[in-house]
Amino acid sequence: MRPFTYSRAKSPAEAAAEAASAPGAKFIAGGTNLLDLMKLEIETPSHLIDVQDLKLDRIEPTAEGGLRIGALVRNTDLAADARVRRDYGVLSRALLAGASGQLRNKATTAGNLLQRTRCPYFYDTNQPCNKRQPGSGCSAIGGFSRQLAVIGSSKACIATHPGDMAIAMRVLDATVETVDPKGQTRAIPMADFHRLPGETPHIDTNLKAGELITAVTLPKPLGGKHFYHKERDRASYAFALVSVAAVVQPDGRGRVAFGGVAHKPWRVEAAEAAMPQGAKAVTGATFAGAAPTPENAFKLTLAERALGAVLAQARA
Amino acid sequence: MKFDKPATTNPIDQLKVVGKPTDRIDGPLKTTGTAPYAYERHDVASDQAYGYIVGSAIAKGRINAVDLAAAKAAPGVIEIVTWQNAGPLGKSKSHTAKLLAGPEIEHYDQAIAIVVAETFEQARAAARMVRIDYARAPGRFDLDAQIKSAPPVGEDSGEGSHSPPIARHGDFDGAFAAAPVKLDAVYRTPDQSHAMMEPHATIAAWEGDKLTLWTSNQMIAWGVRDLAQTLMIPKEKVRLVSPYIGGGFGSKLWVRADALMAALGARAAKRPVKVALARAQIMNNTTHRPATVQHIRLGATKDGKLTAIAHESWSGDLPGGGPETAPSQTKLIYAGANRLIATRLATLDLPEGNAMRAPGEAPGMMALEVAMDEMAEKLGMDPVAFRILNDTQVDPMKPERRYSMRNMTGCLKLGAEKFGWAKRNPKPGQMRDGNWLVGMGVAAGFRNNITTKSAARVRIDDKGGIVVETDMTDIGTGSYTIIAQTAAEVMGVPLDQVKVTLGDSSFPEAAGSGGQWGAANSTAGVYAACMKLREAVAAKLGFNSADAAFTGGRVTSGNRSATLADAAGSSAEDGIEYGDLGKTYQQSTFAGHFVEVGVDAWTGTVRVRRMLAVCAAGRIINPKSARSQVIGAMTMGVGAALMEHAVVDKRFGFFVNHDLAGYEVPVHADIPHQEVIFLDETDPIAGPLKAKGVGELGICGVGGAVANAIYNATGVRVRDYPITLDKLIDKLPAMA
Repeated sequence: MRPFTYSRAKSPAEAAAEAASAPGAKFIAGGTNLLDLMKLEIETPSHLIDVQDLKLDRIEPTAEGGLRIGALVRNTDLAADARVRRDYGVLSRALLAGASGQLRNKATTAGNLLQRTRCPYFYDTNQPCNKRQPGSGCSAIGGFSRQLAVIGSSKACIATHPGDMAIAMRVLDATVETVDPKGQTRAIPMADFHRLPGETPHIDTNLKAGELITAVTLPKPLGGKHFYHKERDRASYAFALVSVAAVVQPDGRGRVAFGGVAHKPWRVEAAEAAMPQGAKAVTGATFAGAAPTPENAFKLTLAERALGAVLAQARA
Repeated sequence: MKFDKPATTNPIDQLKVVGKPTDRIDGPLKTTGTAPYAYERHDVASDQAYGYIVGSAIAKGRINAVDLAAAKAAPGVIEIVTWQNAGPLGKSKSHTAKLLAGPEIEHYDQAIAIVVAETFEQARAAARMVRIDYARAPGRFDLDAQIKSAPPVGEDSGEGSHSPPIARHGDFDGAFAAAPVKLDAVYRTPDQSHAMMEPHATIAAWEGDKLTLWTSNQMIAWGVRDLAQTLMIPKEKVRLVSPYIGGGFGSKLWVRADALMAALGARAAKRPVKVALARAQIMNNTTHRPATVQHIRLGATKDGKLTAIAHESWSGDLPGGGPETAPSQTKLIYAGANRLIATRLATLDLPEGNAMRAPGEAPGMMALEVAMDEMAEKLGMDPVAFRILNDTQVDPMKPERRYSMRNMTGCLKLGAEKFGWAKRNPKPGQMRDGNWLVGMGVAAGFRNNITTKSAARVRIDDKGGIVVETDMTDIGTGSYTIIAQTAAEVMGVPLDQVKVTLGDSSFPEAAGSGGQWGAANSTAGVYAACMKLREAVAAKLGFNSADAAFTGGRVTSGNRSATLADAAGSSAEDGIEYGDLGKTYQQSTFAGHFVEVGVDAWTGTVRVRRMLAVCAAGRIINPKSARSQVIGAMTMGVGAALMEHAVVDKRFGFFVNHDLAGYEVPVHADIPHQEVIFLDETDPIAGPLKAKGVGELGICGVGGAVANAIYNATGVRVRDYPITLDKLIDKLPAMA
């Protein structure tokens, strides 16, 4: 870990302004991912701006009938919130499928969105990795890729977004609210929040320099049955091979997003029209153009069959 | 005490304390966080500095140059030691690769330097500033590519699973050719990592030319020997202290880089130095269980009698290393006149392969017991009945050698009854519970009992309590408790009157912890010392030792009686040594492992539903700690079957998933109901306590039982561990 300076911001706008004025600064909230990465010198911020005093820890109803989740709401509290459990079950289930109780107690909503990939080559600083060190190459291509992306990847990177929460937020059409160093706010649809790796895999999201997440807003409830199925080798405390976040209406229509398959939550709205026809039709369209490695091609079958299980359960 | 005749009735048979399911006497220390582990010994040496190890970024090659300038100038840095300034170093036979590399690199993350600094953070940060210019050399990293050139190599691992390179009995080729029912299959087990909770850690302090290490080590005397050889100093100058160990599983049988580098760092810094391996360093810096490729051929008569058994195994290791002796149990476990056993060793430039819980048998049984299941199916026989039919009471390759005691059939029969085996449908893929395909599997469990000498020192304190000192270790197994039970039984005192101190090389040399030999041998050594102490006490009291009775803290002889406190200060040192009973008789432990799994019919996700192990291992000294050993081993067996896989990057030559997020071991949610039954037996040929080990028996066979249950559930036979959903999903029934 490199030496760094530390400050505690008093308001979101001040935090953003400070981040813009201090090159190499990063925000820290729960620190469950950032601190590990700093110890390995994968992240080397020169300055940490602690945002824990910003009072962004409330879950409030919106005028549109949805919920506004403060950036600092802990994963544990969000998963347990009665309104979330009642109206956004997919989100509660996704949260509880992630990490461990101890980590969820510490991890925040904004931090969860910003967690970095778990590609093993990203974690080994002896190996080339374009995400860690732009231009150094991708060791994962041609290496151990069982866990990695099957679609939307590039010649520069086949990493995945490792989270669960964002997959549910994507299926719910959540929006990410931010404030920038000039005090300007904006709302970024979840669809546009995470990026595909392209030629710049070191950039995970479309946040601008210094821009701070203040909240995530959920639209009014969708109704229907909510599912989050996470397929993994062990029953808990493991990243998804494939996860399925779905909301299915009584008439069989619905929405679905997949985790563990791409650099961002993977949802193809046009493919959802096929939901009444069954899983194969949906995943065929959702994963058109997939480019798996020999080690992870099974994820395409797994995605189809996992969605099949969800749809069967929805009908039951 | 020489043990060369089967035990007769002795003070252990009173079973007032021995044989009781006693709580761990060190439990409160563990649960209150006050048991001092190596890295936490802030009390033992003042002014401790912190060391951080720099590991090699390449798997094979040479260091052209090391630039320490930036690291030396970093805040807080006291000293940096590399091979260039470490002074002359020897190499112990226990280590295949050097613990300190340079200029040659033998494997990835091999230690190159230790940076010593005032704080841990400073040492770690400076370690990253060490600049190394490498000349990469091509390496051999792919077992499959190397097995064709792998010569036969036998081994005595020192861990019990020794084998000659090729052993033949009868005429395998002829018998196999003639057998009406045959199986010929290849099985694969992956590299595995011990993944114990406590990382390797050491505090080293020099006082003049004397070195003390507070460390985490299973085999104290081996550690002293190997460190003295490496530092090229007399072993009398080295003291190892390791009273509490947060798991080892074979990873800590030998001192590793933490110990050597702490010693070198402390010598250079002229201060005590503490070092722990970072989690991400452990898998490539230390040892692992090597991957195997196992070719098994079985031939049988139509009524199920095995007539031909061949088990050949390939594994790889660094030059000068040893094989994973996967076929070792196949020499012994089943009857059959014609046999071929072979072990071949490829050269690989991966990190050092070495012992991990039940080396040999653990991966060997994962293959053999699936082969037995496949053979039973070919024969149309129940797999329990097939194993029982081929039971033996003698060493099949040396029929004049009987087993000291063998009741594997009893384990299988009782297990089948208690598990509800009769409810299993022998036709695969027939049992459903909602979306779950349900299956049951069985495997035999087999692991040898190793007798090895073990000593202890005992004395009576002022209050009549018993103090036991031995360099035996407790790696979470319960050694403290069973040693206290043994001393309490022999000396006739309650358990709380015994104080046990372990893990210090200044104490008499004990068996140590490995190869499931710890419990039976270390307690036998304590038994020997206590029997000698009884004589010393009787002599001190002027009693005739032959008829002195030790009960309730009193010694009684005829009409005379005294308290043990009256003999305060009496002491004795003795150990157990074994005659030829281990050669005359085959001594082994046995189990029947039963597993029920569910396989998600949609996704192929496998979840264990329930497990049972019925074990026969002689007298069980403490059924509670023995059960803990077995359920822990069963859990590790589930890991081996379903998820554990240290993945080799065959281009760069290292284990890629080198942390506990990438290398998955079971969590609580993976382990449902587990049951353990011990057969009520005593084995008087094994030792004075009539006990044998159980800590590795519990893993041997479990993986096979899981694999067989998956087959019973799905009809899909996977011969390549771990059995993850990607190996099943394409073969599952159509759904929707």
